Amino acid sequence: MINYEIVIPLFFYLLLVYLMAIYANKILSKSGNFLEEYFIGSRDMGGFILAMTLVATYTSASSFVGGPGVAYKMGLGWVLLAMIQVPAAWLSLGILGKKYAIIARRVRAVTINDILLARYRNKWVVILGSLSLVLFFIAAMVAQFVGGARLFEGITGLSYNTGLIIFAATVIVYTTIGGFRAVALTDAVQGVVMMIGTTALLAGVVVAGGGIPAIMAKLAAIDPALITPAGPDHFLSKPFILSFWVLVCFGIIGIPHTAVRCFGYKDSRAMHRAIVIGTFILGFLMLGMHLCGAMGRAIIPELAVGDMIMPALTLKVLPPFFAGIFLAGPLAAIMSTIDSQLILASATIVKDIYLNYIRPETDTQRPAPGGENLLHRLSFYTTTIIGLIVFAAAFNPPDLIVWLNLFAFGGLQAAFLWPLVLGLYWKRANAAGAIAAMVTGVASYMILAVFVKRVAGMHVIVPTLVITLGVFILVSLLTPKPDSSVITLFWGDGQVRDHGQWQR
Amino acid sequence: MEKIETEGTDKRFIQANKEALWATALALCYFAWWYLSAYIPGEVPVEEYTYIFGFPTWFFLSCMVGFVLFSILAALMVATVFKDISLADSDKGAGKP
Repeated sequence: MINYEIVIPLFFYLLLVYLMAIYANKILSKSGNFLEEYFIGSRDMGGFILAMTLVATYTSASSFVGGPGVAYKMGLGWVLLAMIQVPAAWLSLGILGKKYAIIARRVRAVTINDILLARYRNKWVVILGSLSLVLFFIAAMVAQFVGGARLFEGITGLSYNTGLIIFAATVIVYTTIGGFRAVALTDAVQGVVMMIGTTALLAGVVVAGGGIPAIMAKLAAIDPALITPAGPDHFLSKPFILSFWVLVCFGIIGIPHTAVRCFGYKDSRAMHRAIVIGTFILGFLMLGMHLCGAMGRAIIPELAVGDMIMPALTLKVLPPFFAGIFLAGPLAAIMSTIDSQLILASATIVKDIYLNYIRPETDTQRPAPGGENLLHRLSFYTTTIIGLIVFAAAFNPPDLIVWLNLFAFGGLQAAFLWPLVLGLYWKRANAAGAIAAMVTGVASYMILAVFVKRVAGMHVIVPTLVITLGVFILVSLLTPKPDSSVITLFWGDGQVRDHGQWQR
Repeated sequence: MEKIETEGTDKRFIQANKEALWATALALCYFAWWYLSAYIPGEVPVEEYTYIFGFPTWFFLSCMVGFVLFSILAALMVATVFKDISLADSDKGAGKP
């Protein structure tokens, strides 16, 4: 059964997204530097857009479908876990900080591999970085597509496959034609939609449940553990929940699509505003969405699949027309994560692999006649093809997407966190250390995640990052210190720069 | 360990390091608040729970008060510690904003 009252507002929302992509494409066609405009929006983001696009990349299907789905089963304890993410905006912008933004401008970085190349001057760092990025992004995007399509199915009454096709086509098309600017703009609109959606849904849930005291009493009647920090069967044990501080808060600095935003802003004032706005919006969305999931148990107690709680709640507590508008919220969250991963995966392939190693003679500053066109086409094709691969993989969906998504999430942190942070703050860090860290990081994370699951009650990201840090430091100290020109570039005034010599 | 000398340190990096330290410190403060307010009132038996605006006290303090309080503290940190600097290539350049 197709629910037209819901489909129509959704349709207009998607139309708006397409219009923004066309607008971004106009700016792109006028831009003098295709690569910088397509992949980083010419470093032009203001405070509000930066805040929104950062928040939108943090809040993904895992926070809007999977997250509330788990909160439905785990109760308030899972909301407590979600709130660990509150410092993410000030931490990632503050730690990578202005130093990172300045260096990105010195080396004209478009991707985070550009920064790693400038710091370590080693092609294996870039190749390993690119490989893990593309691999894990594809896994994460599949999870997001599944979340999006399931949501579509739940609310519109269209089949999962139809939902997937409409949803995937929208994301792939607007990302491909509009590039980073379209991604950031749609993220901002999607952020606003998420805020409105969350507020309305929360209000609807409280009213439908007969007030907060009544809801809490009902939750306690279902299972008293639902209103404790530990959750049913003490699933949220302290070592487990504490390790999420590493996974979703400190470690988030190493997530490439977060990190790339930390040098995409216009000036330091934009960064300041983004910290203030971003922290508030992120906290609000995390609290609101997960609280909806947890309290939803009192309103719809008998759901088999937790993931369906958000669509089910929306349909139950909001009038259909508003439901259509507000369901765009979680859908927006998902789209805004996929789009940023898609554009960065594409940037990695085009910029880091193709331009660095396959066709290094392509001059991006002053293209030969036809050269720039080749780069345009290549970038568009790459974005489309990655999108289609992910789309194809999403036809056979797994159940609780939050775990799949977290797998990719941890893998990216294992690969990038230390090379990025130590590269900025430890002079002695060198290429050998970074390569060793990336290899051990990804390998140990995969092995631990598949075979061990929890180490001493902790999520495996914690031992992974400890091992990786140790390996990085040890290998760096055993091998020669970095070249003095690197130190000047990353610590000094950057004056003795030597472009070209080491770039490839 | 041998010391790596840097000639002409960019002054802006000193400010950037200071900001990074403050950001880390504020995150640790948030952690302390989150942990103490959740687990001190939250680990008593459910029958002994107290409630604020209908929410269990632990939840209200850690998830709601903590969020609002630290949003304000983050804004204060940005207003007092963070400085508006040029992000251009070099701090010696003529092109100041």
